[in-house]
Amino acid sequence: MNFNRKDLLGIESLTKEEILFILETAKSFREVLDRPIKKVPTLRGKTVVNLFFESSTRTRMSFELAEKRLSADILNFSASTSSSTKGETLLDTARNILAMKVDCFVLRHSTPGTPHLLAKKLPVSIINAGDGAHEHPTQALLDLYTIREKKGKIEGLKIAIVGDIAHSRVARSNIWGMCKLGAKVRVCGPPTLIPPLVEKMGVEVFYSLEDALTGVDIVMMLRIQKERQNKGFLPSNSEYIDFFSLNEEKLNLAQPDVLVMHPGPVNRGIELPARIADGEKSIILDQVTNGVAVRMAVLYLLLAKR
Amino acid sequence: MPEGLLIKGGRVLDPASNLDEICDVFIKEGKVRKIARNINLSYSELIDASDKIVIPGLIDMHVHLREPGREDEETIESGSRAAARGGFTTVCCMPNTDPPIDDPSLVKFIYEQAKSKGVVEVLPVATITKNREGEELSPMGRLKEAGAIAFSDDGSWVTNSALMRRALEYVKMLSLPIISHCEDKSLSAEGVMNEGYFSTVNGLAGIPREAEEVAIFRDLALAKMTDSSLHLAHVSTANSVRLIRKAKNTGIKVTAEVTPHHLAISDEGITDFNTNTKVNPPFRGKEDIELLKESLRDNTIDVIATDHAPHTVEEKERDYEEAPFGVIGLETALSLVLREVVEKKVLSLMQAIARLTVNPARILGIDRGEIREEVKANITIFDPGKSWLVREEEFLSQSSNSPFLGWKLPGKVEWTIIGGKVVYRSEK
Repeated sequence: MNFNRKDLLGIESLTKEEILFILETAKSFREVLDRPIKKVPTLRGKTVVNLFFESSTRTRMSFELAEKRLSADILNFSASTSSSTKGETLLDTARNILAMKVDCFVLRHSTPGTPHLLAKKLPVSIINAGDGAHEHPTQALLDLYTIREKKGKIEGLKIAIVGDIAHSRVARSNIWGMCKLGAKVRVCGPPTLIPPLVEKMGVEVFYSLEDALTGVDIVMMLRIQKERQNKGFLPSNSEYIDFFSLNEEKLNLAQPDVLVMHPGPVNRGIELPARIADGEKSIILDQVTNGVAVRMAVLYLLLAKR
Repeated sequence: MPEGLLIKGGRVLDPASNLDEICDVFIKEGKVRKIARNINLSYSELIDASDKIVIPGLIDMHVHLREPGREDEETIESGSRAAARGGFTTVCCMPNTDPPIDDPSLVKFIYEQAKSKGVVEVLPVATITKNREGEELSPMGRLKEAGAIAFSDDGSWVTNSALMRRALEYVKMLSLPIISHCEDKSLSAEGVMNEGYFSTVNGLAGIPREAEEVAIFRDLALAKMTDSSLHLAHVSTANSVRLIRKAKNTGIKVTAEVTPHHLAISDEGITDFNTNTKVNPPFRGKEDIELLKESLRDNTIDVIATDHAPHTVEEKERDYEEAPFGVIGLETALSLVLREVVEKKVLSLMQAIARLTVNPARILGIDRGEIREEVKANITIFDPGKSWLVREEEFLSQSSNSPFLGWKLPGKVEWTIIGGKVVYRSEK
């Protein structure tokens, strides 16, 4: 298969074949991570800029490690040290960095469409590391990778995504990816946090966590942002916990071999208790490990031939 | 020495008199003097209008010329040149400038700028409330004496219902319309595009249709209560149309406008975060477009107006949340009406031209929008057979924030004439 893209902006625009190709490519990089010497020379001489306008620990470290494992040179740029506070626009910032001759931008930004803006205006590769509530394609790819690794397949699986669907880029990217690979996807949360007409994306909507969990193979809990309460989406965080927090009793409604996922960082005691996050059904840390391999695959596919 | 301009052999179309004939129009001393076949009078200037359509100069009752305050986006000079290129001979400029047009001296300033630098007739709309803040009425009587043509806080809805009631009552003694920008900002909030499937997919905050409909409902109730004239700006939703239709049927004095862009583009078209698709009200759904078109047919919506809203490249190059709302429209309006309304058989050409000429003239109470003997010769001549490509560098507007860049559109304005004087002539 010929993977011929300049950018990775989202899962929506990928074909099933492209997704599977990235996941297969990631397998060989996953194997590299278990070697005593975890570095390959694949991207030697390439420069990748991690442009993060929103705080991130996990995604940023994961990208940085993936870049280092591939022997790329790295520039890190984050909002706190940026000139964005001095009125420079995103495009200006990127153009200035590009003038220093770099090969790729990994962009995290709070506004949907910002990676698309850079992709349209700049001749180098853009990887979307999360744009507002729009997409977070590498997260979905690592989630799909982890599900395939544990379950051997994705097609036919019943998957519930629970929480603040409206504001979640992880939910959107996963919905596209899971549906393209043939899973049956349910989304669950209070109606104020379910975006309009989300069922047209191919999912079933549940307001009851019990109903949503019944018979599922995978449950993915999303992080609930504390400020949702202030903006009138929720009466209180404690009421949210009453209705949408995972516990063993509710989890018993799922398949016996159900697996629990979370894109992190977990609000322990809110989305799920520590017992479950650290329990045998949890694959949260596998997601984190696989994230590095999947990001190596994406960087390799976009940059190695350019 | 002969005098006068003879427009020869064009298809003359005048909705007010229901004239649609191949004939000549003779203009002298600024006015139309004769409309007939084969006029045989001596002239100093001849326009061969064969295969062209001769219509009353278009009237746009909703434009933003940005002067005073944002001359980097548009000026009365550049905006009026854009108007002339689009076939408009009269435009009404909205008062959300900096400072807002809430004082007679500012109304006079607009007239002075238009007289010294403008190309077309520019009629200022003044604010409903002082500083457009929605708290106290502006000096409406004095604003009218200075030349204000209507009142609007465009860009903001007057949220205080009691104040809006007083405004509607007060203008009855002035016989000028109130133009309402209907938007409940507690509902539109942080929204940047139509709320629906496509805002969900894009992860962008939505502006629900109800933000407009709730506001329209209140304004219609107040228009009924006060028996005053209300004009609704840029109507965009199917249910707004239903509300207005019902109000008209019960005798409420309401008129309404739709923009060409809301007839041409739906939210389905917002796939690549192009900030030239960011407009307020936002591009709605296909079903809304259907009803907007139907509303033109049954006269629920009386007027097509552009809401021409220039913004600089720098502003529109920002991301989708930061970029300002608005698109320019003066130079593409007639062609879009031909494409969306006439070619798609929503209206006849005659009916469509009425919504760009005599209908706004009647709402504004001005002696314009007709080709009639002894009336000021504001005339537009366009070639219905010529299509053209919308190109950034050809805009006469100072800004180029059009969602139609790269579109091929039918119908090209060839001449724009004001008081018998050619103010725009297309290049070949």
